Amino acid sequence: MRLVEAIRSALSAIMANALRSLLTMLGIVIGVAAVIAMVAIGSGARNLVDSQIRSLGANLAIVTPGNVTQGGARLGAGAASSLTDEDAQAIRREVDGVVAAAPFVQGGAQVVAGGSNWGTRIYGVDLDWFSAREWDVADGRTFDPEEVRRGDIVIILGQTVARNLFGEADPLDQVVRVRNVPFRVIGVMAPKGQSAFGQDQDDVIFVPLDAGRRRVIGRNYAKDGSVGSIFVKFANEEDIEPGIESMTQLLRQRHRITGEQEDDFSIRNLTEIANTASASANTLSMLLAAVAAVSLLVGGIGIMNIMLVSVTERTREIGLRLAVGARPRDIRSQFLIEATTLSTIGGALGIGLGAGAAYLVAQLAGWPSLVSTNAILMAVGFSALVGIFFGFYPAQRAAKLDPIEALRRE
Amino acid sequence: MALIETRDLRRVYDLDAGRVVALDGVSLAIDQGDFVAVMGPSGSGKSTFMNLIGCLDRPSSGEYRLAGAAVESLDADGLARLRNREIGFVFQQFNLLPRVDALSNVELPMVYAGFDRKTRREQALRSLSRVGLAERAHHRPMQLSGGQQQRVAIARALVNSPSLLLADEPTGALDSHTANEILSLFQELNREGVTIVLVTHDAEVGRHAHRLVRFRDGRVIEDRRQTPVDARDLAPEAAE
Repeated sequence: MRLVEAIRSALSAIMANALRSLLTMLGIVIGVAAVIAMVAIGSGARNLVDSQIRSLGANLAIVTPGNVTQGGARLGAGAASSLTDEDAQAIRREVDGVVAAAPFVQGGAQVVAGGSNWGTRIYGVDLDWFSAREWDVADGRTFDPEEVRRGDIVIILGQTVARNLFGEADPLDQVVRVRNVPFRVIGVMAPKGQSAFGQDQDDVIFVPLDAGRRRVIGRNYAKDGSVGSIFVKFANEEDIEPGIESMTQLLRQRHRITGEQEDDFSIRNLTEIANTASASANTLSMLLAAVAAVSLLVGGIGIMNIMLVSVTERTREIGLRLAVGARPRDIRSQFLIEATTLSTIGGALGIGLGAGAAYLVAQLAGWPSLVSTNAILMAVGFSALVGIFFGFYPAQRAAKLDPIEALRRE
Repeated sequence: MALIETRDLRRVYDLDAGRVVALDGVSLAIDQGDFVAVMGPSGSGKSTFMNLIGCLDRPSSGEYRLAGAAVESLDADGLARLRNREIGFVFQQFNLLPRVDALSNVELPMVYAGFDRKTRREQALRSLSRVGLAERAHHRPMQLSGGQQQRVAIARALVNSPSLLLADEPTGALDSHTANEILSLFQELNREGVTIVLVTHDAEVGRHAHRLVRFRDGRVIEDRRQTPVDARDLAPEAAE
């Protein structure tokens, strides 16, 4: 019998017992829906982490000021800045594999433009910042080296700030005031979206490092040349570990820390943190998929059960088919195709349900979710396989029926 | 040449209760175009004989030739092929598939013979009109009377133009009027050249056949010709 006709006849057999078939499929439907939803949500989570890695910039380490001891009192990390511009320059110069070392200062600031004002974070940065964070302007330009060197009062706005201060109007060449200092807007950053911690990364403004230090942020950076932290970008992932090692040596030396004395700075490998997060997201989605696969298995057993019932119910039909010339293998493929059709329809329904559930979760949790073509193909293939696997025994039983016995059965 | 030829056909069942000899050395030849009634009480071996010549079962010993093929040496697929091409079955309970219409039921043997859909439809329709049910082609078995259902079953049996029509109590589930119609249909088909072997316990049915073979205790105890094989030559419409 040709496959198309076999499927058509399988469909009519399935439709003849529509409710029973539907209930039988339910196991597969739920199993596949679970797989699709879990994989979608899992890969959504992974994508989120991935995009955060990308938004941070790849192969990145951050040097932050550490404990500072003043007069016997150990102040917390970042209480006073022990890092300077020169540290950043030394790192850029002496550590292998470093492509950018961006010292920066940060603080909160109220920005005023005409009648509107907006509270945001201000960063004082040099040119390395933009290459370290792999982030560029969408409109206008970044600082030129002279502006950075002189500490000119020019400013680049994040998208959120630009929108809140200027709406649809063009902010370029407008003047905004930060702590009463008039800055000229020279650029607007490309949108970056949410950070790993749900912060709006576009709610930010950038000024040249010296301008930020002297005119706006002040505070702990009063000591000339000190900075908040340093982003260090490496050329390759393999360079990071040895790079951190030699940075540690370099900074200890520069800060005259010897022997048993504690570092007055700390270095974190951001890429590693991101990778760990990504790996755990992966593990989570694998785990969820495994749980979902178990429910597929249960669904398969349901199909086997109903196919056995079906073979028993249709013994006379099988006997008749054998009598009119069906070979045992024709009977076997008939029931196999029926089981597979059943499980594949269940799979298709499950994909719909799973995609819907994933969409719902994405909407409710604000989590990106992605129903991939791969997951769909896998679910279809897997549910067909379940049908073949669990349909085989009932089909084999049907094929082995003795035609005489089968015809005699009531 | 004989269409069916059995020599010393034996069928022994090994049951828990012991050996049962269902068929004990039957040698019989049935010619092309004959109309044979097989009779006998239950347990006489007539059903076993039917199963064997219908290629549904294999003999314990002995030989069986159907249309020149040595049946006893065939495997399951070979038997299936022979049933498909050479034999048409008609059962007491009709055995129609309830879910599909008459036409699809008639098509069924052609499906396993591997014909394409168009050929099947045409041939099945022709077969249905041969039993006078062309206009009922799209009715389901449930919508047909018992006699009509049996006609559909006969159309199904004929659709692959088999050399042998095997009927097992074909009138057993029908009232006498309908039974007579079915028997007339058999006679008509026989006149057209279809070889028929019919199992019955009804002497009235047996009388319609040209030849009567009676079984008892697994043996043939009577083999009587009632009408010459070429009775169709004597049939009134053929004589005109």
